[in-house]
Amino acid sequence: MPVLDDLARPGTDDDAVGGVPARLVAAPGSTEEAAALIAAAQDLTVVIRGAGTKIDWGVPPQALDLIIDTRRLSGVVEHAAGDLITIVRAGTPLAEIALGDQVLALDGPAGSTVGGTVAVNTSGPRRLHYGTVRDLLIGITVVRPDGKVAKSGGKVVKNVAGYDLGKLFTGSYGTLGLITECAFRLHPRPRSLAYVRAKAPAEEAARVREARVAPAAIEIDSASGELAVLVEGTPEGVRERSALLAKLLGGDVADDPPAWWGVDPWPSDGIGMKLSVPLSAVPELAAGGDPVRGSAGTGVLYAAADGITQVERLRAQCVRLGGHAVVLTAPSPVRDILDMWGPVPGLALMRRVKDQFDPGHRFAPGRFVGGI
Amino acid sequence: MSGIEELAIRLRASLGHERVVTDRQELRTYECDGLAHYKVVPALVALPQNTAQVAEVVRACADAGVPFVARGSGTGLSGGALPHADGVLIVTAQMRAIRSISPEDERAVVEPGVINLQVTRAATPHGYYYAPDPSSQQICSIGGNVAENSGGAHCLKYGFTTNHVTGLEVVTPDGAITRLGGRAPDAPGYDLLGAFVGSEGTLGVATEVTVRLTRLPESVRTLLAAFRGTDEAGAATSAIIGAGVVPAAIEMMDALAIEAAEAAVACGYPAGAGAVLIVELDGPSAEVAAQFDEVNRLCEANGAFEIRIAADDAERALFWKGRKSAFAAVGRISPDYIVQDGVIPRTALPEVLRRIDELAAAHGVRVANVFHAGDGNLHPLVLFDDAVEGQAERAEEASGAIIDLCIEYGGSITGEHGVGADKAKYMPRMFTDDDLDTMQLVRCAFDPAGIANPGKIFPTPRLCGERPGRHRGAVEYEGAEVF
Repeated sequence: MPVLDDLARPGTDDDAVGGVPARLVAAPGSTEEAAALIAAAQDLTVVIRGAGTKIDWGVPPQALDLIIDTRRLSGVVEHAAGDLITIVRAGTPLAEIALGDQVLALDGPAGSTVGGTVAVNTSGPRRLHYGTVRDLLIGITVVRPDGKVAKSGGKVVKNVAGYDLGKLFTGSYGTLGLITECAFRLHPRPRSLAYVRAKAPAEEAARVREARVAPAAIEIDSASGELAVLVEGTPEGVRERSALLAKLLGGDVADDPPAWWGVDPWPSDGIGMKLSVPLSAVPELAAGGDPVRGSAGTGVLYAAADGITQVERLRAQCVRLGGHAVVLTAPSPVRDILDMWGPVPGLALMRRVKDQFDPGHRFAPGRFVGGI
Repeated sequence: MSGIEELAIRLRASLGHERVVTDRQELRTYECDGLAHYKVVPALVALPQNTAQVAEVVRACADAGVPFVARGSGTGLSGGALPHADGVLIVTAQMRAIRSISPEDERAVVEPGVINLQVTRAATPHGYYYAPDPSSQQICSIGGNVAENSGGAHCLKYGFTTNHVTGLEVVTPDGAITRLGGRAPDAPGYDLLGAFVGSEGTLGVATEVTVRLTRLPESVRTLLAAFRGTDEAGAATSAIIGAGVVPAAIEMMDALAIEAAEAAVACGYPAGAGAVLIVELDGPSAEVAAQFDEVNRLCEANGAFEIRIAADDAERALFWKGRKSAFAAVGRISPDYIVQDGVIPRTALPEVLRRIDELAAAHGVRVANVFHAGDGNLHPLVLFDDAVEGQAERAEEASGAIIDLCIEYGGSITGEHGVGADKAKYMPRMFTDDDLDTMQLVRCAFDPAGIANPGKIFPTPRLCGERPGRHRGAVEYEGAEVF
């Protein structure tokens, strides 16, 4: 297997994923090279890694022969400003995509790559206005576990030709194949923005929505009792809208967000949870005694848990409220005895999808829902 | 007894006599959808009233190995609901209940036969609406919108059906009832909801749909700008987008489309216009006011010789009337026409319109252009007279050549009407065999027997379980009469 010999180096201690050592690490430089590598690695179990900012998320792999490092699959392929789209390679760090007066409205941990953001489906405060990966991704190129290259979508925003594989790969944690290139819809960079910060309970988020000021984000932090709203637009519009909100909430207009804005509430070696509930349930979740932080405008919040009891309590509460609670990351002793994903509707169908794409169960084995 | 006769007996027992149609004359009323030149009479029509009955019909089909096709209002323009001659047509039109409107969750839960506009009507008293607004919104069903991932004039700013559906209850092709997503966002696991929306009925039947409701904007302002030609109108569009304005809609009509609309609905657009733009902005009053002035200025700067600003809802409705009636209006100036749906990068607009003119001249047909200029979604209307020998063929050729143009410029063969039966043949021009094969892996996961709306989207079905790259022969529409 010359491709494998040429590209792969032995794994080191630093390459271990969730405590599982990697035998080999390879960093292909193009979609074609990645396809050749994967075709040559048909007997190997594989985990895909970008910058590694979320490599400790999900369940540790059951086996790990080869890490495919995407960081050489890097750079902006196309930025068609007039068409408000860009095509970028998967290993490109989000922060390095220079788009002038346009933005790719995705959020992830500092240093995150495009591929990692798509594969794990991270989102931040601005999801209220801009949506998440699934709303911005308009085309995708992948290498299947059998080494075949496939595309879906394209580089125009409006497009209903064929199945939307981009959505299937979004949040799939590397279990369906390698993402090599993504096309995204862009937005104009707002000319002006302001934050409105207030001491206010989560109930007040409903009043912000009703005010018809079209906020870009509504965030709460139950530990500090603060609510903060991001307003974007023209300078005149932002001034008027933020003043209205400040009056409504009894808060202040600021140029900068509060320190907790968009920051994961768990320490680096702690248990981090993502909670999603229907909008009307956010106040109850926020008042439940366990500190939560996140998007009161969409019902996606985050929490640090101090142990399994708290995980189970939060999960029971979210499920009762009609939502979900996923443990994104946890230190190894907890991780080993914890159900990180919780109950998953539609699991039987998901297994069938996995079996079609990766019949040998070699890609990220065991990392995803239901042991996929 | 034939398989269909046995199926009819089973379905009459479980659904009731009046919900199973086998009379040839009655079956004929279902022979086509909005793309009326494809006609196939189904073997049986089932009219289920609830999820359990849909599941029963699908299970019966699965047991008998009989294909099924789901149909909502039958307004689709790509033959997505074209029946199968030996199959069952499942019509969801009787499942029309709006189950809940929950402004506090910004969600509505509706049955698949509910009409698109009814959702907005039910939500408006609460200060909300359902954003996707296909031009057929007064008659098209939410179930059909889910199947086709329908768009509309306002999807430039608000996105398509897929961005507004958060949960589905579906009957998969084995007859099982499954929930995908729900009221809360970000359900764990694969985004099968995202794969299902827009799968054109090939992955199963949606039996309940949870949609996002959008807050009604504080302000809506609409202008109509008249230009000498499409080049100027296209330049104005680019200038507006380039200035960082995201209008709710930018729609363009060319001279021929305006002529048709005037003949049909007397919309009173400015005389002498070679192109008109309808630009609509919505949002907080403070934003809209600032941006509206800018749009006005940019239209003038790019050669608009008349700009009208809608003074009230009535005038706004009049601006839209010409645009929304344009497809049907073309019937006033031409005995026959083909509605095309393709997408190009917006910046290629002037060049592609010139190429379409050349194509029309070369084929001896006229082409009227109506389109969502903001997102490059073209709807060329190819006009012809079937009574004139050879015109239908030339129109069909011109229409196909326009699709090739869209692909050449890096666009898509369909922006909102879907692939259906009509464009499956074009799919290999846009996608490789491996691309199509990979999409069909999803199909195999949902429908290994290939009984859900077979023959749509994919020109060559993949035999599930076989090694990739090998295909069974393409299936033609048995009994399809194409005229």
